[in-house]
Amino acid sequence: MASWLAPVLPEVIVVGGSAGALDALSILLADLPDDFAVPIVIVVHLPRRKRSALSEVLAAKLGRPVREPLDKEPVSASMIYVAPPDYHLLIDRGMTFALSVDEPVNFSLPSIDVLFESAARSLGGGAIGILLSGANADGAYGLKVIEDAGGLAFVQAPADAAMPAMPNAAIALCERAAVLPAAEIRAYLIRLAGRGGESGRKRYHDR
Amino acid sequence: MHDDTSETEIKLLLEAIYLRFHYDFRHYAPASMARRLSLAMRRFGCRSLSGLQERVLHDAGVFPELLSLLTIMVSDMFRDPGFYRALREKVVPFLQTYPSLKIWVAGCSTGEEVHSLAILLQEEGLLDRSLIYATDINPEALRKARAGIYELDRMAGFSEAYRAAGGRASLADYYTAAYGSAVFDKALRKNIVFSDHSLATDMVFAEVQLITCRNVLIYFDRALQNRAIGLFRDALCRKGFLGLGAKETLRFSDHAAAFSEFARAERIYQKE
Ligand SMILES: C[S@@+](CC[C@H](N)C(=O)[O-])C[C@H]1O[C@@H](n2cnc3c(N)ncnc32)[C@H](O)[C@@H]1O
Repeated sequence: MASWLAPVLPEVIVVGGSAGALDALSILLADLPDDFAVPIVIVVHLPRRKRSALSEVLAAKLGRPVREPLDKEPVSASMIYVAPPDYHLLIDRGMTFALSVDEPVNFSLPSIDVLFESAARSLGGGAIGILLSGANADGAYGLKVIEDAGGLAFVQAPADAAMPAMPNAAIALCERAAVLPAAEIRAYLIRLAGRGGESGRKRYHDR
Repeated sequence: MHDDTSETEIKLLLEAIYLRFHYDFRHYAPASMARRLSLAMRRFGCRSLSGLQERVLHDAGVFPELLSLLTIMVSDMFRDPGFYRALREKVVPFLQTYPSLKIWVAGCSTGEEVHSLAILLQEEGLLDRSLIYATDINPEALRKARAGIYELDRMAGFSEAYRAAGGRASLADYYTAAYGSAVFDKALRKNIVFSDHSLATDMVFAEVQLITCRNVLIYFDRALQNRAIGLFRDALCRKGFLGLGAKETLRFSDHAAAFSEFARAERIYQKE
């Protein structure tokens, strides 16, 4: 195992992607073990002003519940969340969601940078960031903030990504990011979350 | 980060703003406040929050601009068409039973929401007997709301939302196009009172049958949400209605029990 592996069980996994990210997501999140307790929060760029079918599509693909969170909702163990269209999604102190309708960042609403930065600010090294396929540079800066805060950064290998621009932007900015195909990032996640085992799950339930 | 220094600095800055300008941002959601403040630091060329505090306190021109950065001046007409459709189909029949109506649009920003509501009430024959209080803390937003002038290139999107919301006419019937702007008919505003009111520091000012407060509570922390929702509870008449934004809920509020879910998906609540 690489030496940059987090010494503690992560509190949250934040994932960002744009064009081509849906395929990568289905690989990344396929067949997660039942005891995978770390919550996963996803921003995928989508057309604005339209209800999004992403949560239903992912739920069907993954065979587990996927929700758009409400404002002030607690970030719960074992859950997968996706940002709703037309809102930024942030993780606030005390592991609750906060939404905002601020102006777009990197032309994106929701923006990956906004989610990643908020996770780093609220959870420090407790956040893991993963950036997948996409055709723009949103998320690269946010991943760097996670890395600087002591969290782990993963980038989908450009050759593995349908659209390599987003991974490439992140690789240029983040020195310590692990650059891997989606399937290998998945394997790491499962090992990481598994390591917490009983004590990891207990931590979530105690909160 | 988990950055205690910047947390302390944010607290001090918001305290200073409160003491000096009487705007109370001390109970806003920390994550979005931290974002707004880092945007502000960039805008004013400050390297630290203490630097920003120094500027705000000593440079008279800075606060109004900072206020506009901290309050989010964005709004849309008929945002979430399903919300307006539910108002029209489910709430209006109740409103029609009152001889006169008082309505509060809290955090109206630049006025798109309150214009949407006025159009809906007009089409349902209710505008003439309504008095609408449209309130916000941002004087610049209130000025724009009072003027009712929006960029013409936003009208295509607004028209689409208006139709999806069950509009009975054409949105163009309500405005005049001039020099790249859409000027909304002032008859829509004749029963609207625009005024400065803060959900963080001010009290209830009237008894009302309907309140809409959309995408404002998301900027508050739990304590301030409780204060605001307490105001709404006190202002509403028995069986009065409260409409929130699409991703907002009373579920996490201390006052949840004072309301029932009236139109669940559209976030319309009724006071018990
Ligand atoms: C994102 S806008 C929402 C506008 C509109 N309600 C809508 O949904 O389109 C948020 C508004 O809340 C206002 N606001 C922020 N804090 C407030 C407070 N303490 N009391 C009243 N309004 C406030 C801001 O000035 C801003 O205009």
